[in-house]
Amino acid sequence: MDWVQVVIQGALLGGLYALFAGGLSLAFGIMRMVNLAHGDFIVLSAYIGLVIVQGTGMHPLAAIPFVVAIMAAAGYLLQRGLLNRVLGDDIMPPLLVTFGFSVIVQNLLLEIFSADTRGLQTGRLLTASLSVGAGLSIGWLPLITFAASVAVIAALQLLLARTSLGLAFRATSDDRTTARLMGIDTRHIYALAMAIAMGIVAIAGILFAVRTTFDPAGGPARLIFAFEAVIIGGMGSLWGTLAGGIILGVTQAIGFAIAPGIGLLFGHLAFLLVLFARPQGLLPRTRMEG
Amino acid sequence: MTKEARTPSLTRRTMLKAGGAAVAISGIGFPAIAEDRVFKIGYVSPQTGPLAPFGEADSFVIKTAGSILANGVKVGGKNVQVNIYTKDSQSDPNRAAEVAADLILKEKVDLMLVASTPETTNPVSDQCELNEVPCVSTVAPWQPWFFARGGKPDTGFKFTYHYFWGLEDVIAVFTNMWDSVPTDKVVGGLFPNDGDGNAWGDKEHGFPGPLAQKGYKLIDPGRYQNLNDNFTSQINAFKDGKVEIVTGVVIPPDIKTFWTQAIQQGYKPKAMSVGKALLFPIVIESLGDTGNNISTEVWWTPNHPFKSSLTGQSSKELADSYEKATGKQWTQPIGFGHSLLEVAADVLKRSAGPGDRKAILDAVTKTKLDTIVGPIAWGGPGPFKNVSKTPLVGGQWRLGGKHKYDLVIVDNKTAPNIPTGGKMEPIA
Repeated sequence: MDWVQVVIQGALLGGLYALFAGGLSLAFGIMRMVNLAHGDFIVLSAYIGLVIVQGTGMHPLAAIPFVVAIMAAAGYLLQRGLLNRVLGDDIMPPLLVTFGFSVIVQNLLLEIFSADTRGLQTGRLLTASLSVGAGLSIGWLPLITFAASVAVIAALQLLLARTSLGLAFRATSDDRTTARLMGIDTRHIYALAMAIAMGIVAIAGILFAVRTTFDPAGGPARLIFAFEAVIIGGMGSLWGTLAGGIILGVTQAIGFAIAPGIGLLFGHLAFLLVLFARPQGLLPRTRMEG
Repeated sequence: MTKEARTPSLTRRTMLKAGGAAVAISGIGFPAIAEDRVFKIGYVSPQTGPLAPFGEADSFVIKTAGSILANGVKVGGKNVQVNIYTKDSQSDPNRAAEVAADLILKEKVDLMLVASTPETTNPVSDQCELNEVPCVSTVAPWQPWFFARGGKPDTGFKFTYHYFWGLEDVIAVFTNMWDSVPTDKVVGGLFPNDGDGNAWGDKEHGFPGPLAQKGYKLIDPGRYQNLNDNFTSQINAFKDGKVEIVTGVVIPPDIKTFWTQAIQQGYKPKAMSVGKALLFPIVIESLGDTGNNISTEVWWTPNHPFKSSLTGQSSKELADSYEKATGKQWTQPIGFGHSLLEVAADVLKRSAGPGDRKAILDAVTKTKLDTIVGPIAWGGPGPFKNVSKTPLVGGQWRLGGKHKYDLVIVDNKTAPNIPTGGKMEPIA
C-alpha cells in the first residue's frame, strides 16, 4: 500500500470538499443562515456549465467565469428577493425555504435535462498527470481543484480582512442592528455575501462536474461533506473550512486504504471526534475577522 | 443543451404528469370502445432518481407498443380495450411497493408489468404475490429477483414470473471475453455495498467461486459505498496485485471517478468489464476518449436476430424508430420494455377476458412466445418454474462508428445465434 499516494489523494479531494463548504461557511458566518439547497446549487452550476459548454464548445474550465457570474447574480437576487425576508431570530424559516429550493431545483433539472447522467469533457486534461518521482503521479485536475480551493479561500480572507466591503461584512455579522445604525445597508450586504457564496458554489460545481458525473438528484449527497468540513474547521472560519475539508479527505482516504467499506465511516468519526473534543471546531471564529 | 437531447425528456415529462399519474392511453386520441370492461395493466419502472436511465425508454415504449395494445386485443372474437397505468418508482423500493399496492387495490389491474433492477422488480413482485395478481418482471438478474425474495427452488412463486439472464451468464460472458486477450489472469473487483455489489461479490453465488474454477485470481479490496469520491486505495491494491483485468458492478459517477483516477495515477488494466454503469452510451461518453474498448454485458442490441411479435419489427427497426423519435442513441432497455408489452398482449389474448385473474395467470404460465429479446417460456425445473432466461453476450464500446461510441458484440460463445461485430481487443 502506497501511503504517500493515499494521503496526497485524500488531501487533494479535501480541497474539493473545502470548495463545496466555502459558500456554506460564508453564508453561515455572515448571515447565520444554513443553506440546505447548497448541494443542489452545486449541481445546478454543473448544468449551467454544461449548457455553456455545449452551446459554445469552450473548455469547461474556461466556462467557470461565466457560470460564476450567472450564479452570483442569481445568489444576489435570491437573497434580496426572498431569503432576506425570512432571516430573523428564528433559524427555521430559512432552513425550510432552502429545503424547498432543494426540491424545486432537483425537479426543474429533471424536467429540463432528464435523469441522464452527464459529465463535462476536459479532453486530455482529464487524465493528464504530473510525475513526481518514486512511481508517484498526481493528476492535473485534482491539483488544479486544490489550487483553486486555496486561492478562493485566500481571496475571501483578503476580502474580509482588507477591504471596506469586508469590514461591512464583519460589522453586519457582529451586530446587524448597530451596522444598520452606522449606515450599512444590511440587506444589500447579505445579498452580496450570498452572491459571493454562490460564486464559490459555481467554481465547486464545475470542478466537481469534470471530476465525476452528475445527475439532477446528486446534490444532497454532496451536502454532508460540506457540512462536516465546515464544522470540523470551525463555524464561520474560512481557513478552518479548508483545514476541515483536508482533514475529512485524508481521514476518509486512510479509512479506504484500511478497508474500502470504512472510509466514509472514518470521515464521520473524525467529524464526531472534533465535535466531541472541540465543539467550536479547530479554528473557531465567533465573528468573521481577518 | 442540444435541442434533440432536450425534446424527448420534455415529451416524457408531459406524458408522465407529476407524481407518475396514469398515462391515459385512451386520452392520446383513441376513440373509446364501447365495452363494459377493459383490461387494466400496471407498469412500474424507475422514471426518476438514480435508476432513471433504465426507465428512460419507457415513454417511447408506451407510446409505440403501448398504443397498439391500447387499440385492444382480440379475446374470444371480441375486441377488448387495454388501459396501461404507468407508475414511477422514483428509484425507491418503498415507493415501488406503494405504487404497486395502489395499482392493485385502487385500479384493480389484471396484470402487472415491472422492469429495471431488483430495487424495482422485487417490491412490486412481492406486492403481487401477496395480493394474488399475476406479475411479469424483467431487467434484473434472476438470482437477486428469486433468492432475495426468499424464493425456494422446489416451490417457487405462484403469481410472479421473471425473464432475464443470471449471474452465471455474466460470469461466463466476462471470462470468455478475458480468455480471448493475453493477460496474467489476475482480476480486480469493484463491488459496492448494495444489492448488486453484494450479489456479485458473494463467495457462494457470486464471482469468486467460478473465477477460481476458470483459473482466475480475484483481488477484492472489499465493499465500498456508492458515490465514492476516492478510489486510490483500490487502485493501489490493483497495482500491488498486478491486476490486469478489472470487473465489477458500478454506478455511473463512480466509474468515471475510478477510471480517471486510475489513469491519472498511472494504472491501466488490459481489460475492464463492468456491469450496470457501462450499459448506457451517455456514461461511456463521459469518459471522453479514454473509454475505448471498455467492455460490458450485452442483453439486447439492434443486431439481435429477433422480431417483435407485436409489430413485426426487427431489432434494428425498433432501435431505429427509437433514435428517430427521440434523437438519442438506442439503449438496451428499449428491447426489454417492448418485450414486456409483447408478453402482456400475448397473455391477454389467451385469457378469458378482463377481471378473471386466474385465467390470466394460467395464460402467463403457459406463455411460449418469440419476442424481440428472444424466446420466453416458463415452467422449467426449480427456479425456472418462474424464471425464463434470455441470451447474454459480451460487447466492447468502440470509438468512431455511427455514434460517438458504439457497442460492438465481441463474444457470443454463450449465445452463438447472436452475431458478433468484431473481436475482443485489449485496452490500448
